[in-house]
Amino acid sequence: MQLTLWTYEGPPHVGAIRVATAMHGLHYVLHAPQGDTYADLLFTMIERRNARPPVTYTTFQAQDLGSDTAELFKDAARGAYERFKPQAMIVGASCTAELLQDDPGGLAKTLGLPIPVVALDLPAYQKKENFGAAETFYQLVRAFAGPRRARNEAPLGEKGQKPRCNLLGATALGFRHRDDVAEISALLEKMGVEIVVSAPLGATPMDFQRLGEADFNVVLYPETALPAAQWLQKHRGQPFTKTVPIGVGATRDFIREVAALAGVDATLADQESRASWWSSSVDSTYLTAKRVFIFGDATHALAAARIAKQELGFDVVGLGTYSREFAREVRSAAEALGIEALITDDYLEVERAISESHADLVLGTQMERHIAKRLGLPCAVISAPVHVQDFPARYSPQMGFEGACVIFDTWVHPLMMGLEEHLLGMFREDPEFHGAAAPSHLGAQAPIAAPAPETNGSGDIVWNAEAEKELKKIPFFVRGKARGNTEKYAREQGVGVITVGTLYDAKAHFGR
Amino acid sequence: MNAPFTASCAPIAHERGQREVFCGLTSIVWLHRKIRDAFFLVVGSRTCAHLIQSAAGVMIFAEPRFATAILEERDLAGIADMDDELDRVVAQLLSRRPDIKMLFLVASCPSEVIKLDLKRAAQRQSRVHASRTRILSYTGSGVETTFTQGEDACLTALIEEAPAESNDARPHLVVVGALAEVVEDQFARLFQDMGVGLTRFLPMRNAAEIPPLGPQTLFLLAQPFLGDASRALQSRGARRIPAPFPLGEEGTTAWLRAAADAFGVPASRFEQVVAPGRARARAALGRQRKRLEDKSIFFFPDSQLEVPLARFLAREMGMKLTEVGSPYLHRELLAEELAMLPAGVRLVEGQDVDAQLDRCRAEQPDLTVCGLGLANPLEAEKLATKWSIELLFSPIQGYEQAGDLAELFARPLERRARLEVACN
Repeated sequence: MQLTLWTYEGPPHVGAIRVATAMHGLHYVLHAPQGDTYADLLFTMIERRNARPPVTYTTFQAQDLGSDTAELFKDAARGAYERFKPQAMIVGASCTAELLQDDPGGLAKTLGLPIPVVALDLPAYQKKENFGAAETFYQLVRAFAGPRRARNEAPLGEKGQKPRCNLLGATALGFRHRDDVAEISALLEKMGVEIVVSAPLGATPMDFQRLGEADFNVVLYPETALPAAQWLQKHRGQPFTKTVPIGVGATRDFIREVAALAGVDATLADQESRASWWSSSVDSTYLTAKRVFIFGDATHALAAARIAKQELGFDVVGLGTYSREFAREVRSAAEALGIEALITDDYLEVERAISESHADLVLGTQMERHIAKRLGLPCAVISAPVHVQDFPARYSPQMGFEGACVIFDTWVHPLMMGLEEHLLGMFREDPEFHGAAAPSHLGAQAPIAAPAPETNGSGDIVWNAEAEKELKKIPFFVRGKARGNTEKYAREQGVGVITVGTLYDAKAHFGR
Repeated sequence: MNAPFTASCAPIAHERGQREVFCGLTSIVWLHRKIRDAFFLVVGSRTCAHLIQSAAGVMIFAEPRFATAILEERDLAGIADMDDELDRVVAQLLSRRPDIKMLFLVASCPSEVIKLDLKRAAQRQSRVHASRTRILSYTGSGVETTFTQGEDACLTALIEEAPAESNDARPHLVVVGALAEVVEDQFARLFQDMGVGLTRFLPMRNAAEIPPLGPQTLFLLAQPFLGDASRALQSRGARRIPAPFPLGEEGTTAWLRAAADAFGVPASRFEQVVAPGRARARAALGRQRKRLEDKSIFFFPDSQLEVPLARFLAREMGMKLTEVGSPYLHRELLAEELAMLPAGVRLVEGQDVDAQLDRCRAEQPDLTVCGLGLANPLEAEKLATKWSIELLFSPIQGYEQAGDLAELFARPLERRARLEVACN
């Protein structure tokens, strides 16, 4: 039993719903008690979808448990077929129905429906949402992928041999999936690569039969597409891309990787990026060595760490993920940054780590946004779990060159502007313009630092009044760090009472 | 102002099929704000945790007073002793939140199916934490409860826990059903001015304030979904004051009058006390009536508030009722309401959502009241909708809120009228 306040991922059947809702012509019959239909609102409200997810829930109640829930499932499946006439059906159980052991797959088979039915086995008490999405997509690919189409002898990229790929992994309710697909599709087209199937988002089960026509696969989101891509590699001989094109550097690597797989040239990789120039321009000097804490799904957290370090000149002081399936990759990225990865789905643990990190900026999910709000830290959202705000009306991909520009703007926006930060440093006691004030361009909406509990030293160390007053002149977002460093310095030097002098000695000692 | 209606005993159709409703766990969203020192621990699955966090976007709250003890494979396989596990989680929680005075262990679909006895667990843990925290249990599972019935089950647990009246108790009023604090305060003032005496409310604002119950208790339901709570109160000897529900000017007056009569308030005193509120409510409703009159409305089943809302909208706003769906209809608690409904209204108990959507499309109502899962899809089909969950999260009862209640229904229509550039 695990005490959980907030959860990063829903149950695995929600992952299956994300796949079904992304597609057309697929219907999901879910054996589930009354109430599990709440999942519909994730799509209709958060993502503002204009149609109900293609899901029929059996919504059994206590009275049904006494009679025949299996019969209820059969009625629901039969009814769903007759009403929606899908090309194919997936069937499965939610957590409660799993306990009933009614075997939706077996029951569906007895109905003899004239369409293919794929049974999903998603262990609700072991696995979570991303597993559910990946497993569903994998089962659909296994069930429907057509044979590999033979090519003539000429190498790819030459006359009559336009290279072809599939675009794998985008789902409903994904963080910017809609726009990432558009951005990467356009990039691939520019490179002369044809997209055969883009799935699950926008595909039908019939489309899956064409998966075998591609020469290779582009994996956009390993969380949802990796098992399917691995299966296609093994059984259809299609290699797949390993670079997720988030950030300028990763986009360039991705272009080169695709160019090698497709036999096309990689000159697009040399394209100038506006994001890089924005980061090089003098105003961005103030971004140097900003302390940034990163948490999200593995794909977005890894990409964010790379961008933060290589493209914005930040210091990554924290890196973590709730995607345990990718713990190894995140651990090694953290190690390369000289920090320890945080692999957890316990939101309280993440909160603790953020508050101890003295970060200047938090890059996280909607959960971290709440943590940051509480701690008075600037924050930008980089990953699911999502909120209605994460589905902007405007085009705002994370991937490709345009995505890098979107990311630059999104991350920099919550921070103090360059000169503003200097003025703040010089005139700390200005009544309207002090350390606890919000960045001026964010107005009253900005996070205001919660009054930090000002203890008079910790343990053996005491601050005198003057030093305490001086400490308050330091902007709130570095005050905690200054306090910690000063106390650490005092302890090392055997100083019992911290004076203004100790504060500045410590500053000189730790100064970069 | 009201058109004459013939009392109806309209036949009630029953429907079975897919239900598009929340389970009772959802009511934790408002109950945990209502009882300020209570904590709700759902014993369930990741789905339960995901539901509560998604249902109302409740992540706005800094530190939630609800959580889920998520059952894992090892619990189900019997590797871990479930009682020990639950005791450990409760101890962990109470050490984290020493300010909690009342803890509800809330059963869910999976805990019900595996027959985990939370009542026994609550009793066991009450002994351990007796000095500090009261531990109660109830079910919010979807197999047992629909949406607002979670509150019914929670209140039933509180009623069983309530102290007995003292021997010298005099008749006293308890208003049952969660109301916004501003509404409670207004009602308390009105009852005080009538001379009814101290009014107590259930749920109460603090764990220590469960009202004493017994034969001198007269209770007035503020919400229509409290069948079990009502029975539990009666088994404690309390008597129900039958009344319609305090929605709209007419409903509020009838509700207040039922209590006034039960406490022997002279008619003149009653009229004098309610006159200013009635006048304000009528004025506010008059403004809204222009926007709603003769518009047709269709209710999908959701909160069980559908019948009183339909009565209010038909009689005071002049709306035309097409179908009024409700997950359950408590015939006894709704007797006064059903009698006030216009003749010919289609009442449907239960749900088959696809069939109901077909009827709604055929009807093309001016306004459809439905849950969050259906609202945007219906809007995309050009049907104006009102999210029903807002009716539980907004103060809508009483005189001072009557205009706000009507405005909730008028706003979607007003919005459509304003948008000159709409989608295709």
